[in-house]
Amino acid sequence: MADLLLTLSGVHTHIGPYHILHGVDFAVPDGEVTMLLGRNGAGKTTTLRSIMGLWTPTAGQIRFAGQDIAAMATPEIARLGIAYVPETMGIFTQLTVRENLLLATGPAGFKPHKLAEVLALFPVIELKFNQQAGGLSGGQKQMLAIARAIIEDRRLLVIDEPTKGLAPGVIVQLIEGFQRLKAARTTILLVEQNFEMARALGDSVAVMEDGCIVHRGAMADLAADTALQEHLLGLSLGALQ
Amino acid sequence: MTRQHPVLRLLLLSLFLALAFAPFLFPGTKSVATASRICIFIVLAASYDIMLGYTGIVSFAHTMFFAFGAYGVAIPLSRGWIGWDAILVGTIVGAALAALVSAAIALLSLRVQKIFFSMITLAVASLAQILATQLRDITGGEDGLTFSLPAELQPSFRFLADPIFGVRADGRLIGYYLTALIALALFLLMQRLVASPFGTVLQAIRENEFRAEALGYRTIVYRTIASAISAAIAAVAGGLMALLLRYVGPSATLSFDVMTDILLMVVIGGMGSLTGPALGAALVVLAHYYLQPFMQMGFDSLADVRILPALIHPDRWLLWVGTLFVLIVHFFPAGIVGAFRKH
Amino acid sequence: MKPVAPYLLLPVIMLLAFPLMSGPSWIALTVAGLAMGMMLFLMASGLALVFGLMDVLNFAHGGFITLGAYIAVSVLAPLTGWVNAGSWELNLMARAAAMLAAAIVSGAAGLAFEAIVIRRVYGAHLQQVLITVGGLIVADQLIVAIWGTQPLPLQKPAVLRGSFQLGGAAIETYRMAAVVLGLLVYAGMHFILNRTRIGLVVRAGVENREMVEALGYRITRLFVGVFVAGSALAGLGGAMWAQYQETVTPAIGAEMMILVFIVVIIGGLGSIGGCFTGALLVGLTANYIGFLAPKLALGSNIALMVLILLWRPRGLFPVGGR
Repeated sequence: MADLLLTLSGVHTHIGPYHILHGVDFAVPDGEVTMLLGRNGAGKTTTLRSIMGLWTPTAGQIRFAGQDIAAMATPEIARLGIAYVPETMGIFTQLTVRENLLLATGPAGFKPHKLAEVLALFPVIELKFNQQAGGLSGGQKQMLAIARAIIEDRRLLVIDEPTKGLAPGVIVQLIEGFQRLKAARTTILLVEQNFEMARALGDSVAVMEDGCIVHRGAMADLAADTALQEHLLGLSLGALQ
Repeated sequence: MTRQHPVLRLLLLSLFLALAFAPFLFPGTKSVATASRICIFIVLAASYDIMLGYTGIVSFAHTMFFAFGAYGVAIPLSRGWIGWDAILVGTIVGAALAALVSAAIALLSLRVQKIFFSMITLAVASLAQILATQLRDITGGEDGLTFSLPAELQPSFRFLADPIFGVRADGRLIGYYLTALIALALFLLMQRLVASPFGTVLQAIRENEFRAEALGYRTIVYRTIASAISAAIAAVAGGLMALLLRYVGPSATLSFDVMTDILLMVVIGGMGSLTGPALGAALVVLAHYYLQPFMQMGFDSLADVRILPALIHPDRWLLWVGTLFVLIVHFFPAGIVGAFRKH
Repeated sequence: MKPVAPYLLLPVIMLLAFPLMSGPSWIALTVAGLAMGMMLFLMASGLALVFGLMDVLNFAHGGFITLGAYIAVSVLAPLTGWVNAGSWELNLMARAAAMLAAAIVSGAAGLAFEAIVIRRVYGAHLQQVLITVGGLIVADQLIVAIWGTQPLPLQKPAVLRGSFQLGGAAIETYRMAAVVLGLLVYAGMHFILNRTRIGLVVRAGVENREMVEALGYRITRLFVGVFVAGSALAGLGGAMWAQYQETVTPAIGAEMMILVFIVVIIGGLGSIGGCFTGALLVGLTANYIGFLAPKLALGSNIALMVLILLWRPRGLFPVGGR
């Protein structure tokens, strides 16, 4: 088994008066794709936001590359090499596509080979390079968001429901993109409702319910066990396929 | 209202009793005028609290609405229409105008953001201030308007030949109790208002605008109505102030100093409680009367020192009041009332 | 993507005014309006950026305007010889010293104000408004304690005092200089915002602060920088306005703040381009109406604001999802 890059142990998070996470435990192995599944409202987004320091956990540990980041501020966490793609994609609509990407680069700006790599992965970005990002379609915005996450070498990508609201054709394109990232042994923590995509990409899987992890294991095992799928995720996920 | 700290209840009760019997407890023209001022500012501060405390909106135009009522009373009286009918008509016109302008500002700004309301009220209030000084024919300009009161309110009027408990039964006494009773009535009215379903919705909106909107409340409608009511009551307070001073001018009714006082009263007393601003009003008015002379003494005794006197000169009153204001907003955002609530 | 109509407002207002007055008056008033607009822009830009970036509306911003004006007075007082000398170099040096001092002192005051007052009330709108109003009261009083309540005279540099002829109109030299300086500052800000990394981060932060942090930028630090820069610009604007008026009173900041608020409301809070357009609109309207119907001048800018809000409730160039 690969080294664990990110480990959450006993993470509790409150948002205002609400207790959302009730002791979340799971780990993301280095060089693998870890899927975080669960129904709506199970606490997946809160878990990702807690990792990024956008909510500060009230208890528990979040270790990234041997360092406890639970109490760190968001910019410091990001600087450790974590890229985050929120559910809302976080595209700056008033900026151009180029500026959106440039924001994620180091002080020296674009590295030509990385830029070429990203543009090869999502050719549409090159076409719209100097246009305002607000004019992109939903799928294009999502590709830009992922492109922004990989325009520099990161140790971990944290991605929240990239297929949400996208047309099936676009989802296929996204899956292809992720498969190339997976092939390059990029470490990814991916929240997804689309089980097809989870099955195609995931190495390991964690399933959440009511702010807790209720299942952990290999993606292949869960994919093979329909009864378990139904028990953990309900029929709604299957229906999405 | 139901479970108040005993100390707070005692304070409120003493304030009430002191005001109820002020002419007898503290005889003398100056102290009765102070008591009247407290009554008026209780109404003014409480009506401001309906905006600030119960809807969470900062308005800088409250003095403008106050002035609408004051000028509403002063304009007919100063032109020789001296009578109770003139006072009544002036107050009603002033209050209606205040409600209208306030509702217009609210409708214009609140559909965007509460902060727009603050900025627009600031701009409109400053316009009103300029207008009051420029439209000399109507407002008397910088000098303002002086006028006589109906005979029943004049000091020379006696409604009883003999003094009551050693206090002359004159027009001043009538004037005080008229002010105090109207103030009490308005205060009770406001308490009813905030305890009513309407008040509950206002507080729900303040706590969670999104949820209130989702529950089907048109937040902008509620806030607009609240701001109109608050403005109208401020105008009535303005009418009372005009009667007390027998004078209305821009600096007495419209200046930013008056706005500062109102803010201070509400914040010191405690926003969102009505009783808090009432206590705050009493404190600030008393401080104006008794602390400023105190600063003068300090200034006189330190006249030889260099920098210090400039800072405690009575004119620097606002410096200390402002500092206190910042400290309270920062450390005791719920004011006096809040401080008692915790324990 | 960008709406076109708001940009047209400026030329439309200029054209509307043209047939109502003689050519030379129109030229003179337009220059005066643009000059006033430029100075308003200096004062308003910091406020708009600070709001856009951090959702902080600083009601004490006017204090920095007043401070800048008084610093200019204090710096120019011992330099009277330079100011009155008919030489460009000495005039310019005196002027540069006054403006620089105004900007630096106001910027430093901004730094202190951010640390002492603003930092504690992030995210709490109500407290923010109250605490900055309290801060303004204290600042105004301190200024009065130092400089007194009497209006202080302030001279324009000798070489900028007269006027010159343009298209039959007498244009005050100082106004032209204000336009040029305002344009320079605008160009500088435009450059920083659109051509540098810091500017990119600021523009991104105005739209989505959280995402900028998730990209590794320490936005609170950046915000302090923007706050200081905004305060410095307000001080600079105050110094220029004071020289334009040739007198300073403690109310200078409060008076200008009314117009500044109108500018940022018109422009759409948080947008520099909107702020610039709004400032020019307010400056032009004030001058045209002041000439055509002096009695209406007072209300004209408020009327302009109301009309624009009825047309576009969020201002001409709204930013972000707010």
